[in-house]
Amino acid sequence: MSVMSRISGTYRPAVLAMILVLCLGGVSLARDAITSGPGSQEPAATQADTGDTAWVLISAALVMLMTPGLAFFYGGLVRRKNMLSVLMQCFMILCLISLQWVLCGYSLAFGPDVGGRGIIGGLDWLGLRGVGAQPNATYAGTVPHSAFMVFQMMFAVITPALIIGAFAERMRFSAFCVFSLLWATLVYDPLAHWVWGQGGFMGLLGGWGALDFAGGTVVHINAGASALAAALVLRKRQGYPNMISPPHNLPLAVLGAAMLWFGWFGFNAGSALGASGLASGAFVATHIAGATAGLVWAAMDWFFHKRPTTLGVITGAVAGLVAVTPAAGFVTPIGAVLIGIGAAAFPWLAVTFLKPRMGYDDSLDAFGVHGIGGIWGAIATGLFACASVNPAVNRNGLFYGPDGAAQLLTQLKAVGISAAFSFVACLILLKVVDAVIGLRVSEHEERVGLDLTQHKEVAYTIID
Amino acid sequence: MKYIIAIIQPDRLGDVLEELQKREIHLVTVSNVMGRGRQKGIAEVYRSHTEAGSLLRKVKLEIAVNAEFVQPTVEAITSRARTGRIGDGKIFVLDLDRCIRIRTGEEGNDAIG
Repeated sequence: MSVMSRISGTYRPAVLAMILVLCLGGVSLARDAITSGPGSQEPAATQADTGDTAWVLISAALVMLMTPGLAFFYGGLVRRKNMLSVLMQCFMILCLISLQWVLCGYSLAFGPDVGGRGIIGGLDWLGLRGVGAQPNATYAGTVPHSAFMVFQMMFAVITPALIIGAFAERMRFSAFCVFSLLWATLVYDPLAHWVWGQGGFMGLLGGWGALDFAGGTVVHINAGASALAAALVLRKRQGYPNMISPPHNLPLAVLGAAMLWFGWFGFNAGSALGASGLASGAFVATHIAGATAGLVWAAMDWFFHKRPTTLGVITGAVAGLVAVTPAAGFVTPIGAVLIGIGAAAFPWLAVTFLKPRMGYDDSLDAFGVHGIGGIWGAIATGLFACASVNPAVNRNGLFYGPDGAAQLLTQLKAVGISAAFSFVACLILLKVVDAVIGLRVSEHEERVGLDLTQHKEVAYTIID
Repeated sequence: MKYIIAIIQPDRLGDVLEELQKREIHLVTVSNVMGRGRQKGIAEVYRSHTEAGSLLRKVKLEIAVNAEFVQPTVEAITSRARTGRIGDGKIFVLDLDRCIRIRTGEEGNDAIG
């Protein structure tokens, strides 16, 4: 402590973080030295396929691009004085969670199950020990294990970034960093394990058989439920709802939404984990659902508010992409159209009626779009999943029978447990971070804006 | 010397500048401003949230003129900025004490224009 106390208070969090990282690195290197030979207890590995590998790596790059895309989508919607803070939060998550994933996140989420209950992965792959060129047959038998790992890394990155929409314009940057790291480790990694990990208790690999092709529960319901918790814990921005200026730059939000849509092809079609017909089908379903929902949202604005809005069409498209995420590899193109319609209708109702009535300030509608859209998508997967699209579907959805009701029930269970776990865990995490560091900036800092007070920068100069 | 400040609708700016040019009034400074009057703004809608829009976009013209150009300037602005609807704006005419051309150091009436 004497050393710490001599370090100026400003730098103390950074020094603590570095020590933590070094310790974790040390542990994983030490384990490397003890047990040599990568992945000795893995199933017999097959040869990596060049086409599949190329597609998964490209998909990882596409999904990576979604986080900066999200930054512009969100950044365009905040006030000028908070533009950089949102871009910075997204970019910092990209750096921070990538490192977390390498050191421990991947192992906790996808590592061999600890205790056989499908709750959490072990520490076998700490520091990516044994995660190399050799494919892992359980997850993706035709691509290098490291390709699957880095593809999944991008999902782990964007999910906490989605929550930013709920607490934008009022959270301290230091508290944000600590919260995001803890959330990724204690909320994302376990939930990813439950749904996608080998032996995870909800998923297809030894669990209930809940269908989640690319992250309806793990990514969107998870981020959405946590976003609601964040909006409640951080409370409203000063002046909400009537004294908050409108979005400061909608063209940037449109650009961000376009980047998200583009990246989503990697997110969903990449989740086929191969350059296959399944990937192609997921690609088509993804595009159709996004297009349908953008159209329907614009039409609803047109009908109920007299004009179709730009923000409406991009919000709808994103909601459609959210909703088709769990379903992309399981539904027909017409199934995707129907999912897209619901994906516009339910989030539209949520942001129009639910949010004002409940009074919470989910600033950029992270819960309204990702939470509600994600819940609809996960339920819709139980309605429209079809074994003729993907043989991995053990039981068809409700509309394709014969065991439809059973699959729908499984989906509902997965939705309920994901949402409840995420909401409660996030609530506790935020309360802890609030007690230790303090979540909110001061009233004065909030009025001045986070760009200047948190980063000593401004997004736009006025003169030259 | 007078200093004329006019607040007009943004969409009238091109017409007003053209008319000022015709009447050989060249010195003009234009800025984007926000303001309000008795006029109610157009409500904006963002994800179903209606912004009442308490401040409206306007354009501000600032024109320094010698005495004989005051009336032509006022006419130029009113003739082209007037639509007859509420929100057309205002013209303020102020006394101007001094005017100095930075390049030459000329002062007063010679420095304007």
